[in-house]
Amino acid sequence: MAAAAALEAVAPTGALWGLVHDFVMGQQEGPADQVAADVKSGSYTVLQVVEALGSSLESPEPRTRARGIQLLSQVLLQCQSLLLEKEVVHLILFYENRLKDHHLVIPSVLQGLRALSLCVALPPGLAVSVLKAIFQEVHVQSLPQMDRHTVYSIITNFMQTREEGPFVEELFEVTSCYFPIDFTPPPNDPHGIQREDLILSLRAVLASTPRFAEFLLPLLIEKVDSEILSAKLDSLQTLNACCAVYGQKELKDFLPSLWASIRREVFQTASERVEADGLAALHSLTACLSRSVLRADAEDFLDSFLSNILQDCRHHLCEPDMKLVWPSAKLLQAAAGASARACDHITSNVLPLLLEQFHKHSQSNQRRTILEMILGFLKLHQKWSYEDKDERPLNGFKDQLCSLVFMALTDPSTQLQLVGIRTLAVLGAQPDLLSSGDLELAVGHLYRLSFLEEDSQSCCCSSALCPGRVAALEASGALAALYPVAFSSHLVPKLAEELCRGELDLTRGDEPTKCSRRLRCLQALSAASTHPSIVKETLPVLLQHLCQMNKGNMVAGTSEVIAVCQSLQQVAEKCQRDPESCWYFHQTALPCLLALAVQASMPEKEHSVLRKVLLEDEVLAAMVSVIGTATTHLSPDLAAQSVARIVPLFLDGNISFLPENSFPCRFQPFQDGSSGQRRLVALLMGFVCSLPRNVEIPQLNQLMRELVELSCCPSCPSSSTAAAKCFAGLLNKLPAGQQLDEFLQLAVDRVEAGLSPGPCRSQAFTLLLWVTKALVLRYHPLSSCLTDRLMGLLSDPELGPAAADGFSLLMSDCTDVLTRAGHAEVRIMFRQRFFTDNVPALVQGFHAASRDVKPNYLKGLSHVLNRLPQPVLLPELPTLLSLLLEALSCSDCVVQLSTLSCLQPLLLEAPQVMSLHVDTLVTKFLNLSSSPSMAVRIAALQCMHALTRLPTPVLLPYKPQVIRALAKPLDDKKRLVRKEAVSARGEWFLLGSPGS
Amino acid sequence: MVGGGGGVGSGLLENANPLIYERSGERPVTAGEEDEQVPDSIDAREIFDLIRSINDPEHPLTLEELNVVEQVRVQVSDPESTVAVAFTPTIPHCSMATLIGLSIKVKLLRSLPQRFKMDVHITPGTHASEHAVNKQLADKERVAAALENTHLLEVVNQCLSARS
Repeated sequence: MAAAAALEAVAPTGALWGLVHDFVMGQQEGPADQVAADVKSGSYTVLQVVEALGSSLESPEPRTRARGIQLLSQVLLQCQSLLLEKEVVHLILFYENRLKDHHLVIPSVLQGLRALSLCVALPPGLAVSVLKAIFQEVHVQSLPQMDRHTVYSIITNFMQTREEGPFVEELFEVTSCYFPIDFTPPPNDPHGIQREDLILSLRAVLASTPRFAEFLLPLLIEKVDSEILSAKLDSLQTLNACCAVYGQKELKDFLPSLWASIRREVFQTASERVEADGLAALHSLTACLSRSVLRADAEDFLDSFLSNILQDCRHHLCEPDMKLVWPSAKLLQAAAGASARACDHITSNVLPLLLEQFHKHSQSNQRRTILEMILGFLKLHQKWSYEDKDERPLNGFKDQLCSLVFMALTDPSTQLQLVGIRTLAVLGAQPDLLSSGDLELAVGHLYRLSFLEEDSQSCCCSSALCPGRVAALEASGALAALYPVAFSSHLVPKLAEELCRGELDLTRGDEPTKCSRRLRCLQALSAASTHPSIVKETLPVLLQHLCQMNKGNMVAGTSEVIAVCQSLQQVAEKCQRDPESCWYFHQTALPCLLALAVQASMPEKEHSVLRKVLLEDEVLAAMVSVIGTATTHLSPDLAAQSVARIVPLFLDGNISFLPENSFPCRFQPFQDGSSGQRRLVALLMGFVCSLPRNVEIPQLNQLMRELVELSCCPSCPSSSTAAAKCFAGLLNKLPAGQQLDEFLQLAVDRVEAGLSPGPCRSQAFTLLLWVTKALVLRYHPLSSCLTDRLMGLLSDPELGPAAADGFSLLMSDCTDVLTRAGHAEVRIMFRQRFFTDNVPALVQGFHAASRDVKPNYLKGLSHVLNRLPQPVLLPELPTLLSLLLEALSCSDCVVQLSTLSCLQPLLLEAPQVMSLHVDTLVTKFLNLSSSPSMAVRIAALQCMHALTRLPTPVLLPYKPQVIRALAKPLDDKKRLVRKEAVSARGEWFLLGSPGS
Repeated sequence: MVGGGGGVGSGLLENANPLIYERSGERPVTAGEEDEQVPDSIDAREIFDLIRSINDPEHPLTLEELNVVEQVRVQVSDPESTVAVAFTPTIPHCSMATLIGLSIKVKLLRSLPQRFKMDVHITPGTHASEHAVNKQLADKERVAAALENTHLLEVVNQCLSARS
């Protein structure tokens, strides 16, 4: 108040004084801009502003001084370009002096200095003086982040605005003394300074100018050579940053030392980060040398640098058993990846050497190492495009590379074959490298590897693919996209013929080897369908095969038909990228599949085994997946064309668009149709639930009513479930409005009617579950009401267990309907939201429930918790933990398993909270480790392992008891259980023991 | 029990640049192993999986990577409850041989059911003091005494700790 009175006393009238007063004493922000504008317009000078501020700058109250300086600094920030050199000198002296002031004042002082650092009129020498003053008076590292930023801006401004600088070395010294940053923020640091912030800001300053190079590079080399890991990393990363602004001039004197340090680090380090940063620095160095513009007479240091690298590394490449072979290859590849020139230089030296080495060594594993290195160098060539065909450096090596790759492809070692396949794919990706003769040979090899070669015995699982075949199939796909003609003429006909032969074999009866030959044939066909022109040949072959299975009297099993569907689905996936192929697939495959299915659903006169097979749940599911994949990527207008045919097929029995449509009776899945016909509603579901949201569905009202009707029909569980899912899938995509509300009301009425005692309670429950899911996913207001209804059913003696399992469905992702890929409305946080909205009620329900239905609540809760991201779960832990501990005593295996898998991450993440319950946890986990269920035993032992993360003093009292108890599962009859017991017991032994 | 022990942690390595062997992958899980009903007997691969990831006392490598232990040198009979493991020191004068043997022994003691009788020895003809080392490893009392020694226990525990 005294200061205010003093100010009042001397304040003359006048606009400036008023503004100053309003800003300083009135704490208004506006006047600052006004004053700045007036200074700019020439109404008064900066000197007058200083005079007007006079008394507040001398006020004994630091806040008033801070406010005064803040005004001046803000004015300067806007008007620094108007300042005369003399004014700048005075202002700098003033500000440097103010750096000694109270800490409240410092931020404003720094702002003023930042304004002055931007001045063109800054006289030489003052920059160093300012920086010295800052570093002398202020402890920059403990400033809040914003002020640190100001300091670094001041430094950076000096670097940018001062072209001529006699003070580079001083500037370097005042900044580099902080390098490498070894500051660790204190716990509970109020400023929130992170070590990483400091490292990055300091690096920005150090790497801001090439002028520092002569001082900085020796420092970096020294720090790379030091013993401290963080210093090594920081130096390598800073070097990397410097290369962005440096040129040959700055680097040339230091290249030998830089290379020596990087080489040593990459050769010797045990740390992957040092290796990665070393390689990145070498990459940047080479890129920098490649980029520099040279005078005509200047020496190009790139060549000598690369020659140095080659000289130090190439001899290691000739020793494929030794441990320096890979570091050497990585170093060479890091340099070669920097520019086309570097790539040429290094590969033209290394490739002949490696080709020679390949032939010199005869062992497969050595050859594999060499080929892997070759592959690495070839991959680098993909980065550069060469305009002139003759200039492409690989052309000269093409024949040798091809013969070497083909040699690898015929080697007995699968490992070598694998590398050979990958190399072939990379060679093929080089434009115009391979001749048509090479391609024909390559296709022949791929045919053999993906189809003819019997799976070796090491692949124990018959259905899973062995890695060699997977690689061959992938390479076929990659190369077929580039060379469709070669594959159309040399691969597809062979496979088609093979499939026909297989059909003949099938009619004669099945042999297992033939069966897997057909499977491989199907996989090879779908893998090569990566080009639209190939799809036009493979899709008819696959569909034809399916039709033949139906026509002939082949003994086609479920797995046969599913295999064809899986191939079709893979082809459909590959077509998604190209709209034209997508439509081709859709309008070719869908009518064919629907015709086969409709045919199969007709009452039987003649015997066809396939007919029954096509109606099996698994086969229908496989077909649904083909239909869905072929539909999701359709453009809305094409989708509309298709929906206008398929919906009438199901609602009106309009079969006119099916390729074969003479059926013995009508197709009426929703009316009286047979149960076989009703099952095909699954196919309708696969189609309509994959359509883009803006495609209008004809006869929607009728369709929805039929679906609700069918969903509650008690005759066939799988068709009523398909109808419920289809209804839910459509509901989810409908825009809010009257129509949606009507459909919802329809469903709710049907559910309520069905849930009352009667024959279709379980169907009504399924409809409720799917409708709830559809609404939960899109945050529909009615979803909470339906969830409550579902929760109420947990205490239903008949439906309780199903309701508990229903929570798993609500929380998980479906594959056929309500998927994001199928354009459903799925909000990303729906699980978290469901958790927040419903878990309190579940917990309450558990406490209120009678003993016999309590497990249902626990199970429901387990399902919800299981699917929840840990960060959401952790804060809820204290309230839920007692319930989870209780759930451990529940006799239901599902509850036990899900509770254990909930507790395991919590033990790792929140050991302090869990320590309070150590006694219960040890007892329950040990009990469950002898559960009859293997999965529970495994999970319990994993929890015993995770327990070792609790603070050791808490655990030590239990150590002898636990070690004794864990001896028992060491002799479990299941190997997977023993494995967990071994690792848990091993960790318990280490607790509190020296050396652990 | 272990003479010298000077090579641990400091000074020059006895074998500074050893050959490194590839690590075998995780054992693939078979359908039988996932079947609750089928018992899986303890076999050579299972024993090998117990010991292959033991760290070498002087290199940042595992015994498998140094080829000190190999699956073919593991003999096991689940019904008879016997295990025999032969290990091969990287060089014939390796002063770490006893320590490596002790680590293998301790790992097996901690990991196998008590019913097993275990024999850990040096692959015949691969170490200068083969006989002496084998004798020490076979002596229960000396093994127990060795584990009372804090320094030794510390080194053994380091060998058995999971690599971070």
